[in-house]
Amino acid sequence: MASMVTEQAEKILGQFEDARASLIPILQEIQATYYYLPEEMLRQVARKLRIPVTDVYQVASFYRSFSLKPRGKHLVQVCLGTACHVRGAQRIMDRVEIEAGASAGGTSADREFTVAPVRCVGCCALAPVVRVDRDTYAHMEQGKVRGTLNRYRPRGATKRQVVHDD
Amino acid sequence: MTEDVERIRTSEDLDRAAVRGRATLYPDRPKVIVGMATCGQAAGAREVLEAAQEEAEKSGHTIQVSQTGCIGWCCQEPLLDVWLPGTGRITYGRIKPGRARQILRALPDDLKLEWALAWMPGDDNTLTGAWTKYTANGAGKLSGIPVYRDVPMFKHQLRIVARNCGLIDPSNLDEYIARGGYQALYQALREMQPEQVVEEVIRSSLRGRGGAGFPTGKKWELLRRQSAGTKNIICNGDEGDPGAYMDRTELESDPHSVLEGMMIGGYAMGAAEGFIYVREEYPLAVQRMHEAIAQAEARGLLGKNLFDSGFDFHIRVVKGAGAFVCGEETALIRSIEGRVGEPQQRPPYPVQQGLWGQPTVINNVETWANIPVILMRGGDWYASIGTPTSKGTKTFCLVGAVQNTGLIEVPMGITLREIVYEIGGGIPGDRKCKAIQTGGPSGGCVPADKFDLPVDYESLSAVGSIMGSGGMIVMDEQSCMVDIAKFFLGFLEDESCGKCFTCRVGTQRLKQIVARISEGKGREEDLQLLDDLSWLVKESSLCGLGQTAPNPVLSTLRYFRDEYIAHIVEHRCPAKVCRELITFTIDPVTCNGCGACVQVCSGKAILGEKNKLHTIEQARCTKCGACLESCKFDAVLVN
Repeated sequence: MASMVTEQAEKILGQFEDARASLIPILQEIQATYYYLPEEMLRQVARKLRIPVTDVYQVASFYRSFSLKPRGKHLVQVCLGTACHVRGAQRIMDRVEIEAGASAGGTSADREFTVAPVRCVGCCALAPVVRVDRDTYAHMEQGKVRGTLNRYRPRGATKRQVVHDD
Repeated sequence: MTEDVERIRTSEDLDRAAVRGRATLYPDRPKVIVGMATCGQAAGAREVLEAAQEEAEKSGHTIQVSQTGCIGWCCQEPLLDVWLPGTGRITYGRIKPGRARQILRALPDDLKLEWALAWMPGDDNTLTGAWTKYTANGAGKLSGIPVYRDVPMFKHQLRIVARNCGLIDPSNLDEYIARGGYQALYQALREMQPEQVVEEVIRSSLRGRGGAGFPTGKKWELLRRQSAGTKNIICNGDEGDPGAYMDRTELESDPHSVLEGMMIGGYAMGAAEGFIYVREEYPLAVQRMHEAIAQAEARGLLGKNLFDSGFDFHIRVVKGAGAFVCGEETALIRSIEGRVGEPQQRPPYPVQQGLWGQPTVINNVETWANIPVILMRGGDWYASIGTPTSKGTKTFCLVGAVQNTGLIEVPMGITLREIVYEIGGGIPGDRKCKAIQTGGPSGGCVPADKFDLPVDYESLSAVGSIMGSGGMIVMDEQSCMVDIAKFFLGFLEDESCGKCFTCRVGTQRLKQIVARISEGKGREEDLQLLDDLSWLVKESSLCGLGQTAPNPVLSTLRYFRDEYIAHIVEHRCPAKVCRELITFTIDPVTCNGCGACVQVCSGKAILGEKNKLHTIEQARCTKCGACLESCKFDAVLVN
């Protein structure tokens, strides 16, 4: 298992220059591949860039887009920007937590969903907004949350298209 | 279609590219254009585009299908435009795939004008100053449909930065050139000395559009005069303010305008490399910038010896990793260097010691996009727009409780009243406007009785807010100002990098105090405590985040003290927002027992059989408000 991780890590690391400025792009690539940053990989990154592993950890824990714990298959981002907030985003968040079975920042027991608040995706005119993976849902309502998430659950989740308010 | 890689070195090359651009921009057959920026896609534009493409194929491609960015009419998304040669460009709003098909099938004889919002009789180009009429006879056919400049949302606008947004295909370099793009770069490189370029920017009196308003020309002059080191320039696209998406729109809809501005800046200041820092929450903007850079490189507009002038320039995209504080220039520099985004002490300023310790200038996306127009029309022309201290235009995102939400660009000095009531079309329903929030978490709430204020840097700070990057969130009676203050403090508590104790702990304490007020547990002396603590955080924090963090509290305390008092003394939330102070009940007269609320209730707190009166069991009610949302008969009451 460890050697498999090492091999894949080498492949990712090979795409980048051995420079400090590569650190964040490398972590982004690892995050995109594994949906989190495995500890062994962080050590490998430190070796490649010849920087202390604490430096890597410091950056990995500072930025919001990195996760040190495995994430679910789908990332459900509830926008809590100002425009969404005044249109009831917190209530949408509460409902998403119930329907996904995970609290904000957490992952559901079945590892399907990780729920994360996001501070504005820039679709303020269509508030409140929820983003699941790369699909953005406009004019969200509490009553639409379950149906939206169901599209991503294993059965019937094959067709991944965006649905909207009607 | 094969990718044309003809290199652009001369003015004639630009002209040839413009001819090609015009051929797709204004083709001699009908064209259907779908707005495919992020907001369009969120509203369903992808399905509309696919439907249009299918229909075009069926028509044997007698109709061209194309895409564009965002014209800013967000409340009407998804938008579809029809270009009809000899007539003009017609815009349709809230288009579903079915309607898109019908529009394509009916072309060119029936224009389905019953669905049209507005039309453009010609091309109004702020970059060149030219107005080109599309047609002589369009008006007759389209009588009854307003032209764009008569539509309230667009009437007061002057589009310098957003000159191409929603008009050109952002992935088509030739279309950018067809509307005058890269002419300013040519002019700078071939006809001007670097100091003349800086001089023109100084004359324009352009001030930084990221919010702080530092004179751009002065900053450029400082970097130009730096003799030592490898100079860098950076485009700050880390648009973190919630409620603001001007930069996203610009990067997605007109990426080359930003690149051209940076190239001109690079030449003027003697920099060899530029960086565009874009937040990762904007994946389409990141993609568009990568594509635009690749195109510019392939055509010789980026790289070595641009326009045979001997000037070399490179631009790289850096993707943010989700930290609001990285919008602060020194933190952004640390982030590009691969470090934690903690702001640094200034001086030394970035212009002395910036990226990798080298002299660096950082300007916002909107600032860069202004540059080509300033060069083409002249600094004096630019300075003729606006107020004595704030020149030119500013883009704003008008959102919240207004009829017309979207991205607008208006001359400085316009009043908030004109923005909210004329462009925005006022407040929906018969509710009263309470305030407008500007400047994001660093800004404040301007109360409705101050709406005759002209929008410029000084006027907004005089009333306790700031220009900021350009978010404008309109709030009506349904917004609670204590809740808004709590919201921003929660945001800042999360986003404080933690370097300064007073910001890290101060925002936490401020939020705790405001939270307890919102729960009805506040004390009268809390108001003084909030005020004292706010000034302490302001005066003892290193960077802009901490220095402005208390603004949302201070401005709401200043203008909406009565709401704080209502929470503290009467344990009442006048806007009926704060959960701890409200109860949900069902009106026995209007409830018809339809059961819709029972289905959605998150706490299973609603009792009552179908067709019989429902009641809410208060002990189980989570106050999620789902019943209120679902009731079609207004039978759910909030008190």
